[in-house]
Amino acid sequence: MKLLFEKSVPGRRSYYLSDLDVPMASLPENLCRKAPPGLPELAETDVTRHYSALESRTFGINDGFYPLGSCTMKYNPKINDSVAGLPGFAGLHPLQPIEGVQGLLEALDMADRCLSQITGMDKMTFQPAAGAHGEFTGLMLFKAYHESRGDAARKTVVVPDSAHGTNPATASMCGMKVVNLPSTADGRVDLVKLQEVVGPDTAGIMLTNPNTLGLFEQEILEITEIVHKAGGLCYYDGANLNAIAGVMRPGDMGFDCVHLNLHKTFSTPHGGGGPGCGAVGCKSFLQKYLPGPQVQKDGGRFTFDQSDESVGNILGFYGNILIVLRALAYIMAYGKDGLPLIAKHALLNANYLKHRLAERFEITNKGLCMHEFIITMEKEAKASGVTAMDMAKAIIDNGMMTPTMYFPLIVKECLMVEPTETEGKETLDEVADTYIRIYDALMADPQAAKAFPVNTVVGRPDEVAAARNPILRYTSVDS
Amino acid sequence: MRYPEDIKYNKDHVWVKETGAGTALIGITDYAQTQLSSLVFVNLPEPGDEMVLGDRFCDVESVKAVSDVYSPVSGVVKAINEDLLNTPGAINDDPYSAWLAEAEEVTETEELLTAGEYKTYCEELEGGS
Amino acid sequence: MGYLLNTDLQQQEMLDALGLKSLDELYKGLPASLIRPDGPDIPNGLGEQGIAQAFGRMADKNVVFPTIFRGAGAYRHYIPAVVPAMVGKERFLTGYTPYQAEVSQGTLQSTFEFQTMVCELTGMDAANASMYDGASAAAEAVTMCKDRKRTKAVVLGGVNPRTTDTVKTYCRAAGSPVEVLSAKDGLTDLDALAAALTDDAACVILQQPNYFGLIEDAAAIAELAHSKGAKVIMSVNPISAAVLATPGECGADIAVGEGQPLGIPLSFGGPYLGFMAAKSAMTRKLPGRIAGETVDSQGRRTFVLTLQAREQHIRRETASSNVCSNQALMAVAASVYMAAMGPQGLKEVAMQSYSKAHYLAAELDKAGFKRAHGGEFFHEFVTRSPVDPAKLMAHLEKSGILGGLPLPGGEILWCATEMNSKEEMDALVSLCKEVLS
Repeated sequence: MKLLFEKSVPGRRSYYLSDLDVPMASLPENLCRKAPPGLPELAETDVTRHYSALESRTFGINDGFYPLGSCTMKYNPKINDSVAGLPGFAGLHPLQPIEGVQGLLEALDMADRCLSQITGMDKMTFQPAAGAHGEFTGLMLFKAYHESRGDAARKTVVVPDSAHGTNPATASMCGMKVVNLPSTADGRVDLVKLQEVVGPDTAGIMLTNPNTLGLFEQEILEITEIVHKAGGLCYYDGANLNAIAGVMRPGDMGFDCVHLNLHKTFSTPHGGGGPGCGAVGCKSFLQKYLPGPQVQKDGGRFTFDQSDESVGNILGFYGNILIVLRALAYIMAYGKDGLPLIAKHALLNANYLKHRLAERFEITNKGLCMHEFIITMEKEAKASGVTAMDMAKAIIDNGMMTPTMYFPLIVKECLMVEPTETEGKETLDEVADTYIRIYDALMADPQAAKAFPVNTVVGRPDEVAAARNPILRYTSVDS
Repeated sequence: MRYPEDIKYNKDHVWVKETGAGTALIGITDYAQTQLSSLVFVNLPEPGDEMVLGDRFCDVESVKAVSDVYSPVSGVVKAINEDLLNTPGAINDDPYSAWLAEAEEVTETEELLTAGEYKTYCEELEGGS
Repeated sequence: MGYLLNTDLQQQEMLDALGLKSLDELYKGLPASLIRPDGPDIPNGLGEQGIAQAFGRMADKNVVFPTIFRGAGAYRHYIPAVVPAMVGKERFLTGYTPYQAEVSQGTLQSTFEFQTMVCELTGMDAANASMYDGASAAAEAVTMCKDRKRTKAVVLGGVNPRTTDTVKTYCRAAGSPVEVLSAKDGLTDLDALAAALTDDAACVILQQPNYFGLIEDAAAIAELAHSKGAKVIMSVNPISAAVLATPGECGADIAVGEGQPLGIPLSFGGPYLGFMAAKSAMTRKLPGRIAGETVDSQGRRTFVLTLQAREQHIRRETASSNVCSNQALMAVAASVYMAAMGPQGLKEVAMQSYSKAHYLAAELDKAGFKRAHGGEFFHEFVTRSPVDPAKLMAHLEKSGILGGLPLPGGEILWCATEMNSKEEMDALVSLCKEVLS
């Protein structure tokens, strides 16, 4: 398919602006760029056709089963988009007087209260734009807390080896040293090793629970107690909150600070990679360090001020506000009684699909799983050369999104499956039948496995060529 | 899998070839490049950088992995193989001529394996995994 | 309830298959003390109608100003209807990060096109797929410039204080120093800059046009920085970038900016769009996602996420940034905006904004609001105020006008774009005169 630039016709354009109604001022020549930017010259028809074609080459949540493990790709209700897009929200200038945004602050306050209740925290900030941004915020809070107590020597962060890569990367960004904690044979935190690595230099621990292997850390109360006794703080990475939201609270597990991926658990659309929101909640003793202004109710009026002891801002304004509104709409749809059903049905669906697939696949989670489970094809790869990648690409060819491939890193040839609660049993049955049929076909003809996918607009890309000789922008042939 | 006799190896799959008094070429082995698959970039040190035995001194990237290379010697970087910056695939083509860096003022070298010993070690890894 | 699918019967069939009696048994074996049987203490659920009404009520409590003369980092421009129409396409809206290239060519090609447009706008060699916003893009750019010997970021006085604050937060996290310089008559004081460019200076952050709307001598700043061994990060407004000398022409090493003016609504500050581009020597230091062109097994043009070995999921604690997402949908908005406007349209937006700001400055001057600085400006400018700015703003707001942003010291930062008609500007000036009299 041609690029926008290849569709450009010199002299073609659309007209959007009114005529200038004041004298045209001229920009001094010495300040001007030498040539106009090489943007495409198109009519609106060209533009709409182009993006329609691009859309048809994109796999959306409503194109089929979307079981990306650890990503929580659930249905994105339409009402959420429509309320967030109301002009009464989308038309607000971020620096307009607070009196004129009381309705918005009311919504943020409501989101704060709901999410604080759900997590067992005391206060939320919505400034972090993504989960990784939330992790950064959390470690900054830890740092500020330790420094305020003259305990600045606490510069190590304990991270289990099953953690998302963002956890250790965040610790490094915050000038902290990462202590990698090897998992036990069954994939959980090793209490003995944890006890060995914590000490007077421990700033805290970053933990995902259930962890990235889909396992609940049974000894979570002991874990947080060990860290607290050593003087460290406990950070909850909310990547897998969908397994427990409304049923259990990180705050009750002993965590001091959490981030939530509103684009996962609370169903805001992923947008092809963003915008999301990595809302951060904390216990009251950390509240004064939060970045960005905080909504407070003062009588009948909402205020929006930043604490003097705030760690500063991590974004120009206050965060991805329209994403927060979508998440709030989602919470309102379930409410007190309904919210726990999200997690329960996520578990029901995951366990049912796991049960169906177990007849053919090796699954690392023994017994009941949480909201996701991991298939390993290590044996198949060794015996016949059929890899997890081959399985994934054949799945694509059957009109479904793949499970997450090759994560977590500590399981070989893995596929991580997270069906979420927004699937029905009949779909899960169909998926199980399809996976099993694909598996049998691949094992019957391992050679053919490498050819998939064939029903897509392109086949497997040459990633080595892309990385060895990076082409990162279009350059016209005649320039 | 090739294990040339004129160089020595360590268990991190790094090879060392002495080139004179206190100087040595360093690269990664055939076993290493096979495990890493097609390399797409190398991050080399700069001449003059200190090399400390057991510390990371450069890394090599494949499409979806990056591997630190740990120094088998203590010394100073005398030269780097700049050609690799444009053609990292040379390591896949011939890992024993595609050296990464040359060390000088080598004060310490870890205990290295002979070709035969290293070959046995690699075969054990293959058999055992 | 909510958006669940399983009927009671299906639920029972599934539980039976699993040998369970109830949904609660899915949590059996977990610490019982942690399970909350009553659900969270939040209001009861609502039907869609109730949600729509609740949000409608809250939205109605807000004041959307029909006329805005305030910018300071967030700008109201005309958004062609085609932009929200394309952004609202369901697959762009709901798709995941394009890791599976075979079914994500739309997102990937769109990203590649966005990267190209950012390069064209900034005169740089390579761009990434976007950042959270302009301020965090500037902060991440500092990290790209640091090495073992040079860690200090020098922030010029003309940089938006919100950007400066974000840079400070990131640098405080990393434990690296930041020196913020004061502006002199609203512009960069080259002598003070020379003094700040010590041996540990990694980079200079420069904003064009600067926070006060003034056009800096970016080339001179870049030359000075380079002569002292520091890199140059230039933050640009993408509208003015269509006409002003590019970061590339000025000698910047990295260009960043806030992409909100490119078809993205004000939305009380977000979601917005950070963009970032660099000279080729720094391409591999770019944080975040990058789309690249390659071929598939049959030689067809294919786009993929590339240079992934830079990123956190591979480098973990040795990654220089933890960024693992982008503002992809906002990048689609900006791309559609730029494609629809084209080079001519974008230039027209720039020159209309420039012309209207100059008209407004002249009219305000006549009314006694004298400019605080002498330099050339683009579409924002600072005036002194002969009246208490708070009193003036309150008066303007009664007439549905959001006036300029009051700055410390009794000055006001005004902004005009193509959205401000002559009639509106004349009305503004009349209201200003009313307050004076």
